[in-house]
Order: sequence, then C-alpha cells, then structure tokens
Amino acid sequence: MNNIFVYCETEKAKIADVSLELLTKGRELAQRLGCKLEALVLGSGLDGVEKELYEYGADTVHVADDARLSPYLTLPHSAVVAGVFGEERPQIALFGASPLGRDLAPRVSSSLESGLTADCTSLEIGDHRDTKGKEYKDLLMQIRPAFGGNIIATIINPDCRPQMATVREGVMRKEKSAAPKTGELKRIDASKYLRDEDFVVSIIDRHIEERKINIKSAPVIVAGGYGVGSKENFALLFELADVLGGEVGASRAAVDAGFAEHARQVGQTGVTVRPKLYIACGISGQVQHTAGMQESAMIISINSDPDAPITRIADYAITGDLSTVIPKIIRHYKAHSK
Amino acid sequence: MKIAVLAKQVPDTRNVGKDAMKDDGTVNRAALPAIFNPEDLHALEAALRLKEQTPETEIVLLTMGPVRAADILREGLFRGADGGVLLTDRKFAGADTLATSYAIARAMEKLNPDLIIAGRQAIDGDTAQVGPQVAEKLGMAQITYAEEIVACNGAEITVKRRLEHGVETVKGRLPLLVTVNASAPSCRPRNIRQTLKFKHAKTKSEIKALEEQAEKSQAAEDQEYLDFLHSRPFLNFSEWSADDIGGEETRFGLKGSPTKVKKIENVVFTAKESKRLSDSDADIEALVAELAANHTLG
Repeated sequence: MNNIFVYCETEKAKIADVSLELLTKGRELAQRLGCKLEALVLGSGLDGVEKELYEYGADTVHVADDARLSPYLTLPHSAVVAGVFGEERPQIALFGASPLGRDLAPRVSSSLESGLTADCTSLEIGDHRDTKGKEYKDLLMQIRPAFGGNIIATIINPDCRPQMATVREGVMRKEKSAAPKTGELKRIDASKYLRDEDFVVSIIDRHIEERKINIKSAPVIVAGGYGVGSKENFALLFELADVLGGEVGASRAAVDAGFAEHARQVGQTGVTVRPKLYIACGISGQVQHTAGMQESAMIISINSDPDAPITRIADYAITGDLSTVIPKIIRHYKAHSK
Repeated sequence: MKIAVLAKQVPDTRNVGKDAMKDDGTVNRAALPAIFNPEDLHALEAALRLKEQTPETEIVLLTMGPVRAADILREGLFRGADGGVLLTDRKFAGADTLATSYAIARAMEKLNPDLIIAGRQAIDGDTAQVGPQVAEKLGMAQITYAEEIVACNGAEITVKRRLEHGVETVKGRLPLLVTVNASAPSCRPRNIRQTLKFKHAKTKSEIKALEEQAEKSQAAEDQEYLDFLHSRPFLNFSEWSADDIGGEETRFGLKGSPTKVKKIENVVFTAKESKRLSDSDADIEALVAELAANHTLG
C-alpha cells in the first residue's frame, strides 16, 4: 500500500521508452521512501510484458489485458486506472507526458480529485512546512519550468494522494536495475471497471507513421531559433548538420513561426537531447529551450547578440551572423578532415 | 446546436523582449502584453466553421479571469462568436487546474452546451489539463489534439486528431469536449460588421465602473454613454460570480487546489566559463581544430 505507481504506455505491446525512464526514476524514489515500485499496464496481447518491467525494478506489475483496452481510448483507460488507484492508494503516480499521458493523467487526476503537475523536469523527495507551521515529511517535489520557461516552480501536493506528475520522454535517464529480481504479477479484470458509456468515442481510422525525424539519438544537433529568420534560412543549418553527420533541431519560437517541423523541437515542450555537440543558431536561450539541451556535452552558440542568454551556458559563444559563420565552419571542417 | 468555446487571456510569454527583462535578469511579468491564448483562437475557428455549415449554431465564448479578461471576449465577438461569459470572482483566485476545471464545469452546467471546444493548452502554464478535467467533471467524453472537425450533425461528431506518430480519426456522441491543436486552421480575422456591432460590449463590472465614474464626474457625456449601453442589451455580456454558478465554496480557487506552489525561482542565467569567439576565419579554424582534438567532431 501507498507505493509508487508508473502507468506504462505500450504501442503494439511494447513498453514505451518514457515509461521505462519513469520506472528508472521511480526506483530511485521508492528506495528513498522505503516503499515499493509498481507498474500498471493496460492493453491487449500483453503476455510476458512484465519481464522487462522487472528488469527496470518494478516490484509488482499490474496487467489489465483486455481487447477493449487496445487501441488506447481515454475513457476505458481512465476508468481502469482510476479504479486501480482508488483501491491501491498509491502515494505517487507517474505518467509519461506523451500525447497519451497528457490525455489520460488529467482525467484520472480529476476523477480522484488529486493534483497533477505537467511536464516535470525534475522529481525529488523533500519536506515541507506550510504557512501555518504544519509539517509534511517526504513529499514529492515536482519541479518544472513555467511561464514560458521564465520561472522554475516547485509544486507539491501536501494533502491529496496520489501525488501525480507527468514527465516528457528523454528527461529522465533509462537504466535497468543493477540487481533485477522477479516481482509479482497481478492480473486485473478490466470488466470490473468498464461500463458501456466508456465507449461513446470510437476510432474509425488510424495510420501510424513512425517518427521519421529522430533528433534524440543524433550525436550532433544544429538547432535554429527565431533568429534564423525564415524557413529558407534553415537550409544553411541542414547543410551544416549534413556535413557534421547530425540532425537539425529547433526552438519553440522557430517551430511556432513555421520555420521547422514540430518533431524537431527541443525543449520543455519538445524533446530533451544530450548530443555530443549542440550548435545553437540564432537561439536566445529561454529556459524552456535550455531545459531540453543543457546536458549536451558541448554547446556552441552562434548569435549576433553577444548578450543573448544562451551565450552564458555555451562552451563557445561565437558573435556573428549565421550566413557568415556557418559557411566558415563547413569550409574549415572539410579542410581539417581531409 | 450550442457550442461553448473556452478561452484564456494569457501573458505573451513567447516573445519576452528586452523591455520585459528586469535588471536582475528575471522577467517582469507585468510588462508582458495580455493576449488571447493562441490555441484557443484555433478552437474558436473550429466553432466558427461549424456555424458556417449550420447557421443556427450558437457560439458562446467563456473565459475565467479578472475583469480585464473581457478584452478577449470582445475579440471573440469581433471574430464571429454570438455571446460571451466572463467568469470572475475573487473566490476563483489562486486556482490550479483542478479548481479552475471545477468552476468552468459548473458554468458549463449552467450554459448546457452540446459541444465544448477549447485550445489544447495555454502558453502560460502549458499543462493541457483543463480541457480533460472539465470533461471529466461533466462526465463527458473528450477528444484531444483535434486538427479538424470533419463532421458534426448535432448528435455525432467526427474529428481528425494529430498525434505524435500520425493521424487518427475518431467518432463520438455529443455532448463532448474537444481540445484543438495549433496545427488546426488559424482563426479568421475580425469581421467588420461584428466589430462595429460589439465595439462597446461591456461586462457588468465594466458598466459598474462607468457608473461610478459618471457619478463622480457628473459629466453629461459619461451619462450619455451609459444610456447608450443600457439601450442596447446585446452589449451587456454575461458576467458570472461563484454565487451565480453555485457549487461548493471549498472547491474554488486556492482552497480547492490540491497543488501548491512551494517555491518559485526566477530564472537568472548563470554565467559559465565560456570562450568568446569572433566570426573571423582564424577563430573558427581554431575552434574546428579544438573540437577535432577533443574528439567532439570525428
């Protein structure tokens, strides 16, 4: 009772990376709290799914295997999740901040009347003393940028359980347990929670398109911001990325302005990346962006404004115009690698 | 068919210019312009397109916030909404997403729409929680990330959703709640006739403030303007307080919010040891050589 639950997302009966990342984090939190880590998987054709979850440290795996739970629909999944949480009373419940998780978690939080913090970039355990002097031990500190990334807020749920949070893919590290052990498998009878009204929405067509752009695993990322100026100017960034064997990323402002596709967005509301080299072109460096790239091994900024905030986290800050600097990098790189 | 569109007035956090930065490197929130949340404009457009197909459709725009949020209601009327509701009360202050959803859900019960359309998320919080939570509180289904409302006949709705890996088309029975993505069509500009008609639209609080001003000034023109407003009832849009929508007081505002902000840190960009380079060939050649030497570049 009062353990940590991770809602594990599946696609074609395979556990999503974001869920494995959350189990990795959940394992650390469970150890700190001296409680158990439990995984909850909903879908169909899930035989054997528990094995991988044990490897990531789940002590208990709850599986609801029912044809009606795949593909994902909001109401059936939230009915089962809220039902299970109502009985198991977790102290913490974590969801991926994926499209699915961001559709499901608020629904569950509303039905359990507990608080939910979206898109956390860090989760810690800590104590709290409220303004009336009431002490709280071992709360989940849910840390996230807010206000367009201009502030960092620490959010807590002092009185309601579960303490719920979503985290984006790539924010937490994914690592198997050093000492994996077989846990306990609990089968859930979904019929107990499902009603006919949960099926008022149905999927009539669905094409899965694998993500073609994969900036997450690129060793080098050349990212452009609003300062690049136009979609056409991004061509220069593609050229550099091509030469360096990397991918092109973009800030939210550049994506909002239509310079680049959303799949390239780096930052709190995009992907988090840790490449060997990150070249930030015409990016001012709001926290909403830097939250998603500051762990890059090496950061180079190219900006015409020598005081742009990005220059303060950059290892190398080049002051100059992109149209001058990028061709020079390409030229010297080619000359050097001959 | 009655459509409620949920909208929020937000500070424009996307373009924090130099004017909005304080000397200590933090953002001066008061200096940011207040705008119509971008995705909520896409939601309004989705509603306006349905109205084009079925002219007897009524679109009511609802926002919760301080009195000045009436600005976005007027903006919505200029672009084609039929009416606006401002949900405002000190009791709503400090609400997190759950307490916000509770108040909005109460207002929806009073309004009784067939379809609720909202933007996916607001740019000040980026949580994307209020839509699904309002739906849950009303016991309604939700369809998130809509890119297009393909069809809606008043009883059933077909929606194309944009997901990370592709596209999904779903069908649902009304009433339900749809949240709209930024990939949906942008909102049309103001309509001149609507703009002229609703230019002077006011909420109760705004009219009250004008009355107080007229009382104080005793100026004939202030009184004339009030008479003009009173003679045109369509210029008064609804303003609802906590009492108007009913519900449990303890579930509104800060009291009704399970999440608390423990700490806010203004982001101050801390300097790290960084090498400053110019755009000269010498500097860039040295950089490339250095990156090769430390194996950053192969």
